[in-house]
Order: sequence, then C-alpha cells, then structure tokens
Amino acid sequence: MTLLWLILIPFIGGLLCWQAERFGPMPPRWIALGTMLIELLITLGLWFQGEYHLANAGTASEAVRWSMEWRVPWIPRFGIDVHLALDGLSLVLIALTGFLGMLAVLCSWNEIVKRVGFFHLNLLWILGGVVGVFLSIDLFLFFFFWEMMLVPMYFLIALWGHSGSEGRTRIRAATKFFIYTQASGLLMLVSILGLVFVHHANTGEYSFDYATLMQTSLSESTAMWLMLGFFVAFAVKLPVVPVHGWLPDAHAQAPTAGSVDLAGILLKTAAYGMLRFALPLFPDASQAFAPVAMTLGVIGIFYGAILACGQQDMKRLIAYTSIAHMGFVLIGIYAGTELALQGVVLMMVAHAFSAAGLFILSGQLYERLNTRDMRQMGGLWGRLGSLPGFSLCFVAASLGMPGTANFLGEFLILFGSFPVAPGFVVVASFGFVLAAVYSLLLMQRVYFGPAQGEGVFADLDRREYLMMLSLVGLVLLFGLYPQPLLDTTGAAMGEVQRLFGVVSQSTTLLLTGAP
Amino acid sequence: MTLTATQLMALMPLILVCATAIGVMLAIAWRRHHTAIATFTAVGLNLALLALIGVWFMAPLTTPLLAIDGLALFSAALILVAALACTTLAHAYLAHYGGPREEFYLLLLCATAGGLVLSASTHLATLFFGLELVSMPLYGMLAYTYRERRSLEAGVKYLVLSAAATAFLLFGMALLFAETGHLDFAGLVSGLGDDIGVWGLAGAAMMIIGLGFKLSVVPFHMWTPDVYEGGPGPAATFLATASKVAVFTVLLRLVMASPAFQASALHTVLAVLAVLTMLVGNLLAVTQSNLKRLLGYSSIAHFGYLLTALVIGDGLSVEATGVYLVTYMLTTLGAFGVVTLISSPYGGSDAAALHHYRGLFWRRPYLTAVLTITMLSMAGIPFTAGFIGKFYIVALGVEAGRWWLVGAVIAGSAIGLFYYLRVMVTLYLAEAGMQRRDAPEDWAVQAGGLMVLVVAVLVIVLGIYPAPMIDGVRVVSAMMLG
Repeated sequence: MTLLWLILIPFIGGLLCWQAERFGPMPPRWIALGTMLIELLITLGLWFQGEYHLANAGTASEAVRWSMEWRVPWIPRFGIDVHLALDGLSLVLIALTGFLGMLAVLCSWNEIVKRVGFFHLNLLWILGGVVGVFLSIDLFLFFFFWEMMLVPMYFLIALWGHSGSEGRTRIRAATKFFIYTQASGLLMLVSILGLVFVHHANTGEYSFDYATLMQTSLSESTAMWLMLGFFVAFAVKLPVVPVHGWLPDAHAQAPTAGSVDLAGILLKTAAYGMLRFALPLFPDASQAFAPVAMTLGVIGIFYGAILACGQQDMKRLIAYTSIAHMGFVLIGIYAGTELALQGVVLMMVAHAFSAAGLFILSGQLYERLNTRDMRQMGGLWGRLGSLPGFSLCFVAASLGMPGTANFLGEFLILFGSFPVAPGFVVVASFGFVLAAVYSLLLMQRVYFGPAQGEGVFADLDRREYLMMLSLVGLVLLFGLYPQPLLDTTGAAMGEVQRLFGVVSQSTTLLLTGAP
Repeated sequence: MTLTATQLMALMPLILVCATAIGVMLAIAWRRHHTAIATFTAVGLNLALLALIGVWFMAPLTTPLLAIDGLALFSAALILVAALACTTLAHAYLAHYGGPREEFYLLLLCATAGGLVLSASTHLATLFFGLELVSMPLYGMLAYTYRERRSLEAGVKYLVLSAAATAFLLFGMALLFAETGHLDFAGLVSGLGDDIGVWGLAGAAMMIIGLGFKLSVVPFHMWTPDVYEGGPGPAATFLATASKVAVFTVLLRLVMASPAFQASALHTVLAVLAVLTMLVGNLLAVTQSNLKRLLGYSSIAHFGYLLTALVIGDGLSVEATGVYLVTYMLTTLGAFGVVTLISSPYGGSDAAALHHYRGLFWRRPYLTAVLTITMLSMAGIPFTAGFIGKFYIVALGVEAGRWWLVGAVIAGSAIGLFYYLRVMVTLYLAEAGMQRRDAPEDWAVQAGGLMVLVVAVLVIVLGIYPAPMIDGVRVVSAMMLG
C-alpha cells in the first residue's frame, strides 16, 4: 500500500492546491511544498528501513527480486495488473523526484504569480506521473503513466512559459514536446503489444507482467523490431541526437520549475526505462544494437557540446549540455558492465543536481535582469551577491571537476565501458575538453568581461540561498562519498548486468583476447 | 407468418420509441408546452432503455426482418443514450427559440426509431427502411433553425448528397438481388457462394459507397464539416453519435456476415479507405478554427480508426469495435454537449469559433474541465476512455500484423494531437477582451449540464477502470459470434 500512496500523494496534493487557490496564492505553495516533503520523507524512511544493498549473487537463477511489491488485478481481460514494485534504483529516483519536486515548488515561489493553484496542480501531477513510471512494472501501467505525465508538462510550458523571439512561442514549444514524446510513445505501445501477442501465441495467455514477459522467447528479427520500438521512445525522451529537436525549445520556453523537472527527472525516466525494460526484455537484440546506440551516444556528446558553445540563450545552452551528458549515460547503459551501470546511476543523480542548479540559477538571473540573453549580460561578478559563486560551483560540477558527483559518474561510465568498447571510450573522453569549453564560456559570458550596466542587484534571499546550498551540498556529498548511493542501487544494477551481460561477457573476452 | 408474443416483446424498445413519437405528435396537436414535451420524450426513451434490459434476457431472437441479438441490443443502448443526451441538450438549446420548438423532439424520436431498426436489420429492406428513417428526420433537424442561413444550408446539403448516396445503395442492393434472388443477409451469403462474380462485387462496392457516405469515409466526406458546422448543436450531436453508431453497426453486420464484403479486392479497398480516412481527416482538421468543423474532421478520422476493425474482421475486432464505439460516443457527446451549452439558449448561429473558447477556464472551470477531458480522450491520452479505445485498435492491428494500418493509426494520432492540443490550450489562455457568448450561469443544474458532467466522469472512470465496459462488450461479441 505504501507504494500506491507514493503515487497518490502528489495527485491528491495537486487537487488540494487547485482548490486552495481560493484562499490566496500562498496556501497552494505551502501545500505543494508539504506534499513533496511528505513524499521525500516516506522515501527516505523506506531507504533507512529496507535492505537494498543485499547483493543477490546467490539467487541469480530466480526472477527479478523486489524489496516491496503491491499487486491487484486491473483489467483481467488482458492480464493487466496494477503491479507496483520498488528496488534500489526506483527508490533512488523517487527520492530524487521528491527532492527536485520541492526545489521546483521553491524556485517558482516568486516566479509564478498567476493561476498559482492550477500551476501547482500541474507540477504535482507531473511528479505523480513520474513516480508512477518509476514504480510500475506492469507494462500497460508503465505506458499509462509514461503518457499521462506529458499532459501537465504540456500545460506547464504552454501556460506559464516564456515566449522567446521570432516564432519560438511557448505554445509551439509545448506542442513540439508533446507530439515528439507522444508519437514515440505510441511506437512503444506497439512494441509492448507485439511482445504481449508473441507471448500470447506461445502460451495462450495474455500478460503485461514484467517478469512473465521477460521469459518470452522471441525470434531474432522480432526481438530487434520490438526493442527498436522501446528504444525510440526512450531515445526521444533521453534525448538521443537525431530525435532531440524538442528539448532546447521546451527548456528555453518552460518556466524554471518546468526546466528543473524536465532536466532533473523527465530525462531520467528515459534512462530508467532503458535500464528497466529495453535491456532486460531484449538482451540479445540490445547487445546487437549496442554499437549503434553507443555511436549515437558519442555523436550526442559532441553535438550537444558544440551546439552549446554557440548559444546566446542561457537556458538553451544548459539544455544542449544536457544532451551531451545524456550521451555519456547512453554509452554507459549499452556498455552494460556493472561498473558502467553504477556510473550511469550516479551520473543521473549528479546531472539532476547540477542541471537543476543551473536552471534555477538562470531563473534567478532572469528574475533580476529580465533576460536570458547572454549578449546582454557580462561583468555580473560582484554585482549579484553570492549568485556567481554558486554558478561557478555548478559549472564546475557540470564540466566534471573531481570532487563533484558528475566527475565520479562520468569516470565510472568511461572506466566501466572501456573493457567492452575501448574505441568509444577514447573518443568520448574528448568530450570532456568540450565540456570545459562550454562551461567556461558560460561563466565568461555571463559573469566576466565588460559590465553592461551600473548598480548592484538583489542578493539571494534566504529561500534561494537554502536551495543553492542544499544542491551544492548534495553534489559534493555524492562526489566525495558516493558509497551509500552505490550500495543502494548495487543489487538492481547487478540484476540488469546479469540479464544483459550473459552475452556481454563473451564480447568482453573477445575484445580483450583473454582466455 | 404471424408475430408471436415473444417477438413482440423483443421489439418492445422500438415500439416504445414509436409510441412516444406518436404521443408527442398528438400532444403537440393538443397543446404546445416545451418542457412537458421534452420530459415526455425523455420518459419514453428511458422506458425504452428499461425495456432493453428485459429484452436482454430473451436475446438472441430473430424475426424475419430484424435480429434482436447482442449487437443490436448493444447499439440500441448506445443510440437511446445518445438520443437522451440530445433531448437534454435540445431542451436548453431551444428554450428561447422563436419558432416552434416541440417538433424537434418528434423528429428526434423518429430518427431514434430508425437507428434502432437499422442496427437490428438482417434484411436489405429493413436496412434501407432504417437508413432512410434515420436520415429523413435528420434533414429536418439540421435545418431546424432555418432562418439561419448555415443551418438551412446544412440541411439541404445533407439532403442532396444523402439522396445521391441512397441511389448508390439502392443500385447496389438491386445488383445483389439480381445476382442472388435474395434480400435477407443469410440468403445473400448462401446465394453468392464463394465466387461472388463481377456483379456481386459491384453491388457490394456500391453498398459500401452508400454506407460510407453516412459514415463520412474519405472520399465521401465532403459534406461533414459544413453540416456539422451549420446544423444546430443538438442535431449535430445526434448526427455525430446515434446516426453514425447505427450505420456502423449495420456495416459491421454486413461485413461479418457476407463473403461478398470479405472478398480480397474489396478488402484491399477497405484497407486503403481506412488509411485515407485517418490521414485525410486528421490533416484537414489541423487548419480549422471552428470547433464544430474540427470535431467533424476528427470524427472522420475516428471512423478511419474504426474501419481498421472492419478490415481485420476477426478475433478481437467485434470487441474492439464495441469498446471504440462506446468511447467515441461518450467523448463526442461530451464535446458537442459543451459546444451546445455554450451556444444555449439559441441566439443566432452556434458559438463554435475557437476564439469563443479563449480563456473559458477562467470563467467556467468545470465546463472547461469537461471539454479538456473529452479532447484528451479523443487524442487517446491515458486516464481517459479514449485511450482504451485506441489501445484496442492498436492491439488489433498488431495482433493481425497489419503494420500499414498500425502505422497509419500512429501517424494519424500524432497529427491529431496537434489540433486537440490547440483547442485545449485555447481554453486556458488569458481572456481576450472581445464580446463573447457564454453558457448560462446555472448550466450545471440544467439537464444538459448534468448530462455533460456525467459523461465526463464516465470518460475518466472508464479510462481508469475499463474492466466493466470490456466485460460487457465481450458478452455482446460472444453472443454475436455464436
């Protein structure tokens, strides 16, 4: 039941926020904050209570093992259940959702002044949908939440976004985001149904259950097509380069809270989907596809980095860096060694913190300067109180400075991938150079150089200070002592590696030439 | 052959609807009273719905011309519910109409009776009779506010084009009769045998053209947007729901029963029509700025999706059709209901331009929620009934391995999103300062408003917990397939 409540709490909180608007703009904010706090506390409670770092090396023959599970029949006609389950990976990501949800509420405290209640309804429903995605292991239910969370996100961008210049309106950006993700989602639905019907043809039973479908025997070409359906849906959301078109627009036009959610959590649902579904359900096909996926990852790293260098809009720049970072994640996922997978988790968490930090900062800059155009900035160091200092911290994290969690994530990914795909790792490492270039360009253009005006802007107030400080603290904490996180997800990642890795072992041997 | 008592009982819903129609006619002759007539109509329709439950236990039953089986009862229930919804809408809509108001219900009841006959017909004679009984009153309903140029235009346009389609249908029937010497479906099936020949094929094709016109299948869709736009709200609602459900039911019956419609040449043609209908309907909807026109094009697209079920025609397809028809009807009732409520009471042509809806959320949050839910449902987003329908169609295509159809459904849905989203976001934008029309203050306590709210709740409930709907439809399809 706890798992169900984890999903329901944001939805209920959202409805309360909507209705609380009639008492003024403050109650919805406090209710939303309280809701996410409860969510976070429950998750942390589960974290301290449960045993997630039990390595299941001895039980490798069993099907998937969950720390908590909840299941009731839903649509018996097709064997669809409301089947929720929690393991280390989903726990970490839900905790992340709770934390970033609080930040999203906090950073829109002053930014959103119109229709506050409806705004928080949408915000909380996105988070509810995301939690649903992280918990459901019935494929139908997963798809249900996967598609559902798009609707409030659409409203968030379309109604509270910023309209950019010439033809880049927020509605256009929101529509683009929605169509990209929804259309690719339908491909995933086709794949899910294909898998279910193959299973039905084999056994005569309908089932959308994760563990059951994992046993389905597929012909090679079928597996490849079905896997591609999943991959495209996740690739759009991650985003992988040829299908990333929605991301810069959506980020640039979204309100700060929307960007924080997008970069911090929504992108992670894609990586989660690959780890949870694409790889374990189609291990052989994924293995065959791995070189292509890694190539796309490498292209993403360079494409994102190079385009980031040329951006004038601060949020677009950060958006492109996300593409680059997700390139690393893609490489790590398809390398499939345990080390690389652990790196992926760390990278996901670290990127969520650093990207959220940068987006919140650009939101705060916007509140003060009323622009995100970096041509109109410059020389702001010393005029903004402690804001530039925090920026430096997050920029350093974003370029992967040792001591930050991002460094560890990228390092583990590259280190773990090397035995499997040395070529890709060597090329991808050059991405670090570009990361340094765009990160420093950001600092240079915004904070240094000739000043554009006189006077000093408002320093961070207590709320903003608290947000920044907690983010910096977490980036450093996981950068210096990531072991608790790695312990938590160890078992889950080991599981993925086991399911995916049967083939990868032989590849490793082949590549290294060891007996 | 005489009619037995059981058979008479089985026809009870139809008889009740006809009796109500006669009652309404007599009552109008005696004294005009709008609310009383509307109430009387609603009571009659409700009684017919109740009678359906009784008939359910007797089914399946066949009379020479009509089959009272699961499919007939199922679509009869849908048609009666749609007619009830239209009655509630019409009452609000016509409240201050200057001309005669009561005859609208008379026409509505006749069309409903036609729908019931059509969906139960197993004989070409009843098919034709039912089809005309649906269409004739609809001409009157569409042109009901005839002082409005658009309304009159809609009525006349539908009349002329419908007549042409009827000619095709009759010619097709004549050809089939010439080939087999039978008019009942069973006789047609046995008469045609396996090799249907050129004339049989031509007859079947012409019948499909005739019925396809009523379903506005591309390329016979030209009338749809104009008629939807021009017709008064309640009439357009009836046209989009009850009439289409009835025609689709009979088409399904024909295709499932007769080999002539499963011949490979026709099969390919149907598949191509389905793909065309989905794509053209969705593409043309993109540029519309009038909500009723947009809904017209979107209904074209939805029948494209439904045709997929006909093309595949096995396994899940009756079930998928049933589920999709339920979701389509609920959604359409909701959407047209809101448009009609905004345009109620009657005062010139309907308020259907998108700018009328700009910022509606900040004036009428609950009404907007209804419209949002229906738009999401039409787009097939989870948590709404529309998703279950879309799920069935995709599942059907995947199971049969018809990848072209699946691809077209996906492409159509992606295009469809664009305009559904456009409507949705319009509702929430800041209000423009222009003069506007609005639903009456007390819309939610009127019958029409209540109906719309119930529909919206149903769309959500069936989207989250569709098991009862699926079970119900399965029983129906099991009964039909034997």
